[in-house]
Amino acid sequence: MTLSRPARLISYGLLVLVAAVYLLPVYVLLVTGLKSFAEVSLRTMWDLPSGFHLDNFQLAFVRLAPNLRNSLTLTLPAAVFSALLGSLNGYVFAKLKFRGSEVIFPLILFGMFIPYQSILIPLVRFMQSIGLYGSIPGLILVHVIYGIPITTLIFRNYYATLPTEMLEAARIDGAAILGIYRWVILPLSVPSFVVVLIWQVTSIWNEFLFAIILTSPSQWPITVALNNLAGSQIVEWNVQMAGSLLAALPTLLVYILLGRYFVRGLMAGALKG
Amino acid sequence: MRSDKDRLLSFALVSPSILAIAIFVYGFIGWSARVSLSTWQGLLPDYTWAGLKNYLELFQDRRFQIDIRNTVVFTVLFLVACLVIGLILAVLLDQRLRGEDLFRGIYLFPMSVSFIVTGVAWRWLMNPATGARTSGLNLLFERLGLDFLVNSWHTTTPPWGIAFIVIPAVWQMSGFTMALYLAGLRGIPEEIQEAATVDGASGLQIFRHISLPMLKPVTLSAVIILGHISLKVFDLIVAISGKDIRLDVPSIYMWTTTFDANNFARGAAIGIIMLLSVTILVVPYLNYSMRSEAEV
Repeated sequence: MTLSRPARLISYGLLVLVAAVYLLPVYVLLVTGLKSFAEVSLRTMWDLPSGFHLDNFQLAFVRLAPNLRNSLTLTLPAAVFSALLGSLNGYVFAKLKFRGSEVIFPLILFGMFIPYQSILIPLVRFMQSIGLYGSIPGLILVHVIYGIPITTLIFRNYYATLPTEMLEAARIDGAAILGIYRWVILPLSVPSFVVVLIWQVTSIWNEFLFAIILTSPSQWPITVALNNLAGSQIVEWNVQMAGSLLAALPTLLVYILLGRYFVRGLMAGALKG
Repeated sequence: MRSDKDRLLSFALVSPSILAIAIFVYGFIGWSARVSLSTWQGLLPDYTWAGLKNYLELFQDRRFQIDIRNTVVFTVLFLVACLVIGLILAVLLDQRLRGEDLFRGIYLFPMSVSFIVTGVAWRWLMNPATGARTSGLNLLFERLGLDFLVNSWHTTTPPWGIAFIVIPAVWQMSGFTMALYLAGLRGIPEEIQEAATVDGASGLQIFRHISLPMLKPVTLSAVIILGHISLKVFDLIVAISGKDIRLDVPSIYMWTTTFDANNFARGAAIGIIMLLSVTILVVPYLNYSMRSEAEV
């Protein structure tokens, strides 16, 4: 649609106004984080800092560094394992199928919608019984398992678009189903792996419920530690602000650098998107 | 033609995942359901049969009634705001204005941060303190001469306190609806719009009679995705207000009654009720997606 000049200006005005509102929290986080301790006061919250001070970030980093490390050791393996499982499952559900696979697939998908409150008590008991309660490996296992539905979905939707003739051709050349996966499917899967890894890294890094229930304080990932920091009466609010920026930084960077793939993962959550 | 051996192998490849989901989703739901029908209170499991006692008690419980009211208020406002704002932004962006990528990036970035980060930022923006301690948005409103906007945010009298939690939730999720609608709008064939223009339809008429009806499936997807998130809302409220009873929702009640008060039977019942509410929303949609996919 082509627009008249005034309509164009109004559109721009609206877009800019909304963008300013969306950026407001970032502005506050940034200016507060960059103020020196002496400058921090609730009354001057909207004022720009006098210079580039990193005091708040330093303090927040000292407090949150162990938790950032926990989040890292949690997120990367969990994302990689769930992506691998999803790829294998996606291949089978898109191209191989077996009796009952049309019934089993939606049953797996349902797992991504359930409120985890409905499995939390058995999950805690189970983790206690296998000795993984309170630990990061336990949390990794949980994220891998509950990540199966979404990763399977994204890979399956992608593999469904690959022409079946291509696979048949590989068959005629004598490749077995595992060979086809390894030599035909896997090399074509790089974009899907990027989408799935970004999606899983973001979700697992940001996850809170499993983390707070299943880990002990020394194993807390960043979300739990940040929430704890924010609830504390002793820690200055400017340090809390700097801490939330630190917690948000990794996923924000991923979004800024690879936003295109992030949006694709987002759409996949809408099933047919 | 595939051999039986291949079929067996395909099944073997996915069987670890199927087994994991069978246990961790369906097995655990069954186990939770069993706990919810028991008298288990305290650290040691107690599966003495209690029938529907925990459910009946919950529906009599003042706190759970507040939770349901809060969830309804939150869900309705959250859905309406996300859909309306998302649609408006998508329509504005669909005009291929310069800077589209930048705007889209700005509307979407909140989705990449956690509800905890959002909550920490917004608890300072929505600081209800008054007088010399006024801060956050209230302070900004005062400075800008918009005093009529100054308010007590999420500490407003229930049930409207929870309505203010919708603001950060929409900040975080409306970009998602924008992206969905934008993809939907871009998917409408240009020829249809051109044909309508030739027939003398105005831009508004095209939007009302062509675009909007064609966006219905997008709206449905958005309602399901946002709806199931909002029925489960947890981290955002915890990060903004801790365990403030005025902003209580089932997920927080489940957490405190189970893990603070050791009332496992009641906690399990809340979990199962949450599951039922999400199931009612999601299962018809899953059915519909699978069926319409099979037709393609």
